Amino acid sequence: MGFIDRFLRTRKFSRGIHPEDHKRPAADALVRKMPLPERLYVPLLQHVGAPAHAAVAVGDTVQKGQRIAAPQGAISAAIHAPTSGRIVAIGDIVAPHPSGLPVAAITIDSDGRDEWTTLTACADPFALEPAEIGRRVSAAGVVGLGGAAFPSAVKLSGGRDANVDLLIINGGECEPFLSCDDRLMRDRAEEAVDGIAIMLHAAGAREARIGIEDNKPEAIAAMRAAAAGHPKIRVEPVPTRYPMGSEKHLVLALTGLEVPAQGRPADVGVVVHNVATAVAVRDAVRFGRPLVSRLVTVNGACVREPGNVEVLIGTLADEVLEFCGGLRADRGAPARLLMGGPMTGMQVPSLRVPVIKGTGGILVLDADEVGLRTPGPCIRCSTCVRACPVGLLPLEIARRIRAGDLDAAVKFGLKDCIACGCCAYDCPSHIPLVQYFHHAKGELAARDRNKLRNEATKTLAQARAERLERETREKAETAARRKAGPDPQPAPAPRPAGAAAPPAGESA
Amino acid sequence: MSTLPPASPHAHGGASIARTMRHVQLALLPATLFGFWLFGWPAVHLFVITVGACVLTELVCQRLMRVESSLGDGSAVLTGWLLALSLPPWAPAWIGALGGFIAIAIGKQLFGGLGQNLFNPAMVARVALLVSFPVVMTQWVAPLPMTADGAPGFGEGLQITLASPPAPDAIASASLLGHAKTELSRGVDVLHAIGAATDPLFSWVGSRAGSLGETGAIFLLAGGLYLLATGVIRWHIPLAVLAGLAIPAAIGHALDPAHYLPASAHLLSGAAILGAFFISTDYVTSPNTAFGQLVFGFGIGLLTWIIRSWGGYPEGMAFAVLLLNALTPVIDRYCRPRILGRTYRGAPIDAAAQRGVK
Repeated sequence: MGFIDRFLRTRKFSRGIHPEDHKRPAADALVRKMPLPERLYVPLLQHVGAPAHAAVAVGDTVQKGQRIAAPQGAISAAIHAPTSGRIVAIGDIVAPHPSGLPVAAITIDSDGRDEWTTLTACADPFALEPAEIGRRVSAAGVVGLGGAAFPSAVKLSGGRDANVDLLIINGGECEPFLSCDDRLMRDRAEEAVDGIAIMLHAAGAREARIGIEDNKPEAIAAMRAAAAGHPKIRVEPVPTRYPMGSEKHLVLALTGLEVPAQGRPADVGVVVHNVATAVAVRDAVRFGRPLVSRLVTVNGACVREPGNVEVLIGTLADEVLEFCGGLRADRGAPARLLMGGPMTGMQVPSLRVPVIKGTGGILVLDADEVGLRTPGPCIRCSTCVRACPVGLLPLEIARRIRAGDLDAAVKFGLKDCIACGCCAYDCPSHIPLVQYFHHAKGELAARDRNKLRNEATKTLAQARAERLERETREKAETAARRKAGPDPQPAPAPRPAGAAAPPAGESA
Repeated sequence: MSTLPPASPHAHGGASIARTMRHVQLALLPATLFGFWLFGWPAVHLFVITVGACVLTELVCQRLMRVESSLGDGSAVLTGWLLALSLPPWAPAWIGALGGFIAIAIGKQLFGGLGQNLFNPAMVARVALLVSFPVVMTQWVAPLPMTADGAPGFGEGLQITLASPPAPDAIASASLLGHAKTELSRGVDVLHAIGAATDPLFSWVGSRAGSLGETGAIFLLAGGLYLLATGVIRWHIPLAVLAGLAIPAAIGHALDPAHYLPASAHLLSGAAILGAFFISTDYVTSPNTAFGQLVFGFGIGLLTWIIRSWGGYPEGMAFAVLLLNALTPVIDRYCRPRILGRTYRGAPIDAAAQRGVK
């Protein structure tokens, strides 16, 4: 049905939505640097993968940038002291997550000197072996700063193995309210481009394309100027359309290539990194500086002085908000406290949670911005179908979930949902579609875990039945041999396991 | 606020059902006012009674079912509005009242209320009335504008609507489609039968016999374009309906002009424009995908032409809409969008092939 595709233009990224972006004036304010907090709370899990393992003890004195937790397993990231000081506790704090559950963290009391540990700089990163760049990036604890926080070194060195030939730099920043990447590209374009060149070298890609939404003309100009001397690095404005910053959609918009379902961009020869990650990679490789701070957008109608702030990892969001003048008195009680953007960010129970590596924004929204209303019935208007950037039928999936028919929901593509929020944003009946999808995905995960457990039990039961049968048989054979006296023939070989196993299904 | 943390997104675009319904009502206003002017006070009374019956039925049904009233979303008013526009303008009050009851009670609430009905409620009511009371439902009056001499005043109009005296012979008339059908059955070919009635200016402005709101093609078209411009509807269904009607009509007329009306007459008469822009596009009863909507619309247009040309009724839009409403679940089943990264059949797409063509 390719002709239909062409006719209805589904081969391009033509769906998605145009939310009100609320980026200015915060995006135009100069970056402010937070004064040193007295106490920092550094969680051990700030990335996708296994939590890091604490490498210090309570009472230890640490320097800024000293490694305080080591990665565990293939996908994990090291964690470094954001400032110099003393370790006062290693234990649970409130997680920067809607659950508010405890999470393991290292608490550091600052000594006020903010002294760096000895760093290994590198004058010419391009002389390094690509694998060595990967090691240095890994040692610096760099993770994807776009929000997903996937360990960057894994993606970088994976690029060589997967024969990646295009590096895409994500400067889309399609989430409303957020402008930290925009600000970074305006202020530190040279550094970003330098980092991209290092990444190109490490990934072994032919060229790099920087995708920036066309609502950030200043960033596009700055990055173009910085990339002028690099023939392999090109800045490409992309239409402002949410979710342009989604990996698969940015790849589609820039190359026309579609990442296969359940696949990764590497399958089509592309690797995608966030633009802030490029700066972190540069700092790590050129100066040996680990990732201990980041730019955070503080925004929302309830914030007195919205803007972008350079914040040490582990700083309480509360203190960052306080630094931005605190809450406006004239806006009433905030309707939402968020970490991240409004489309995919998380509501947190309070702002007494630390900023982590993946925190792009601290938002305090008022009721108007949230636009909360009582959900109505679905009128099948198919607004959600037009909005869905993945090509799903959100109304049909939600209907199956309401009826408790998860299998039907999966058939309609539930697992392909990227939870971007487009459908719920545009729904005229205010139906919390994404909430349904989150719920169903959770149920599915629980069901899969149960299935695994049942299968394990089944295998054990089957093995036991086989063993019992074999033992009985062997006993009978021994008895028979004894009766018949010494046998000139060798005993028949035991039957292969499993061939005569009784069905052991129901008992498990 | 609930104790559970709400999931993302934490923002909303501001669309609402009530806003959509208001847009549709605004779009219907010019054609409705024109209908009022053209057919006088009886039309106004019939309109008020039909809409009132819909609102009252919705209120009573929801009271009986002990659910929260949804009158605020304006959907019951819109159903009554569309039904009234499809009735003969001087129809008696009980037609409007019964129609309103059928539309809301049987067409909508029995299915489970807004969003659950399989068939377009207004068309369910129209068809039920048409097959039950064919005489009353096909008694057209010649236009007698409110401002003209001899037009019934407010009180007189009320008498016509409530007491339903037989319309004076002098003003009884036939719609263009009905006239063509009758004449054709008498052996008069359509070219002679319709004569000056196909004068485009005449059809566009709509000063002719017909349902309350279907005659003013230009006003309906303006309303339809307004809906397109505001994004309330998309072009797929209206265009497909008009194409499904015009293409076979043009072919038929080219082959045998004595038996088949020209495409322009089909497009500009009866409920073609009203149906294409306002009735077929009902969200609840039409398919979800662009391709499905094209199939759906074309089916309505084609069926309308078939019923008009060969069926027992001069007008077939309402039947065609209901038949395609019944097919909507099937269309939705077979016309699904392609999921990003998958083929139409649902398998992950071939990455290697894409790398090859790059």
